[in-house]
Amino acid sequence: MTSFVRKDVASNTAAEARREADEPHSPVVRFGAGAPLRLDAGVELNHLQIGYQTYGEPNAAGTNAVLVCHALTGDQHAASLNPVTGKPGWWETMVGPGKPIDTERFFVICANVLGGCMGTTGPASTDPMTGRPYGLDMPLVTIRDMVNAQAMLLDHLGIEKLLCVAGGSMGGMQVLQWAASYPERLFAAMPIATGARHSAQNIAFHEVGRQAVMADPDWRGGRYLAEGVTPHRGLAVARMAAHITYMSDQSLHNKFGRRLQNREMPTFGFDADFQVESYLRHQGESFVQRFDPNSYLYVTRAMDYFDLAADYGGVLANAFRGSKTRFCVASFTSDWLFPTEDSRAIVHALNASGASVSFTEIESDKGHDAFLLEEPQLFAIARGFLDSAARAVGLPAGRGA
Amino acid sequence: MSIALRQPVLDESAVRDQGGRVDLVVVAEMVAPGSRVLDVGSGDGALLELLATTRNCDARGIELSREGVNAGVARGLAIIQGDADVDLAHYPDDAFDYVILSQTLQATRRPRWVMEQMLRIGRRAVVSFPNFGHWRSRLDLLVNGRMPVTDNMPIAWYETPNIHFCTIRDFVALVELLDARIEKAVALDSSGHRVRVNMPWWVWNLLGEQAVFLLTRKA
Repeated sequence: MTSFVRKDVASNTAAEARREADEPHSPVVRFGAGAPLRLDAGVELNHLQIGYQTYGEPNAAGTNAVLVCHALTGDQHAASLNPVTGKPGWWETMVGPGKPIDTERFFVICANVLGGCMGTTGPASTDPMTGRPYGLDMPLVTIRDMVNAQAMLLDHLGIEKLLCVAGGSMGGMQVLQWAASYPERLFAAMPIATGARHSAQNIAFHEVGRQAVMADPDWRGGRYLAEGVTPHRGLAVARMAAHITYMSDQSLHNKFGRRLQNREMPTFGFDADFQVESYLRHQGESFVQRFDPNSYLYVTRAMDYFDLAADYGGVLANAFRGSKTRFCVASFTSDWLFPTEDSRAIVHALNASGASVSFTEIESDKGHDAFLLEEPQLFAIARGFLDSAARAVGLPAGRGA
Repeated sequence: MSIALRQPVLDESAVRDQGGRVDLVVVAEMVAPGSRVLDVGSGDGALLELLATTRNCDARGIELSREGVNAGVARGLAIIQGDADVDLAHYPDDAFDYVILSQTLQATRRPRWVMEQMLRIGRRAVVSFPNFGHWRSRLDLLVNGRMPVTDNMPIAWYETPNIHFCTIRDFVALVELLDARIEKAVALDSSGHRVRVNMPWWVWNLLGEQAVFLLTRKA
């Protein structure tokens, strides 16, 4: 087997994924030309649409809304079956009935990010003005643009204030941006495994991923959708490289070691002899079936551009000046993509601005992906933090209390 | 310690009778209700909880041990994992009404720097520490020629995190060096009773097993 993308399966799921960009299997709000989103790139985006999911019920006082922000390749299906992959939601460990973000107590909202490909306007969406996919005609978007779009969604849903905004990785960047842009709308914020800016190393990894996509001849200068092809090889390589950064040396070793894949001896060739190779190829394969390659370029770029302090005179503390929001920051010991120092920099800025903040570094060998996995310490902290916030705004006690 | 937690009011004798941490009650009594408080070395958050429930304080903590932080945050307390010897530098001047150092001074690498930072960050500082000048410590050294191991200082010298022990007299000398003023001082004997206020320093230094000081900047 030389090609590691099975086209028969890929085409079906990919077609499904393609449909999600315009007509998602989730609620969707479409803003007309009269309600443009002003982008950091200096242009207005008309006909913005946002695909989102909600879980639980809003209370009469409007005090129980929790916004969950997804990471680079996540989507609005945080705690519900993913319509493309058929797999459980990406944060079902954290969000659900009786879970730390308890959908029996809280009204949870999760929206696909601007630039995404699951129902919110992005390069795979059809431009209503031309009837063709935006492709690279879509203006570049930033984390702040994503957050402003989410604010429009909340306005549309009639949600004035959020009990909490929570998210990991790029989701955590959105949490920080929320805290800076809309402090009066936030009671609490939980940025996990994230940073207030993307590091040079992280930008470098993203650039490798983007170059892999753009080096694929089927990328066609970004016009692959119009030409009926997909740069799936390039995107798969991008995903494989990125996936390594989400794990730790230790977790790769524990999971695979040097074990061989279904064979006794190396083949003295370039087939996937090692289990770790086979695993990465699988990761690449399944990713290209659900994710739009141009969307990958846009969303990675948004992360690269993120530098919250730069918008506040180079002083991160100024982003949180006077903030009454309470924060809970968490990092993981083996996360080398967003290492603890990044979280500590956020905490120091919050201390300097006088904000209320909890911070803990959680012992884990699972690397950056730990925030998505079974981490009892994280759950205990999230539960305690949210419980305390809920008590403070007068919500009744939860099931676990 | 857990007994002090369940105690809704600050009652020294009740806590003492139940074997709780009298020193925490003494510290909490020195804090005016409704204050903004930073507890440096907050452990599992027992004092933070006491201050929040009995003094209605906005109480926050810094703690070095991950276990302590996680236990406290899981109970809804605002605690950051950090090192007092480093992280106090990141707080602005006058950020808190009180900065508390409860049974932690002796474990810092730079006690003088930590005290300076406390008096910079807070309008007042509350410091409690085990008194190395207590008669039993002196007797241990004098008679046995060994470093004292007591209920308050239970760990052998080669394992203890307590690297900067001092006596009450030593502490008072440091306060003078820092140009701070002592507003209140309490010494607790080995049974958790206060040493009488009108006794001279040398008596406190001999009978006090623990000491609690409330300090302010002179300037």
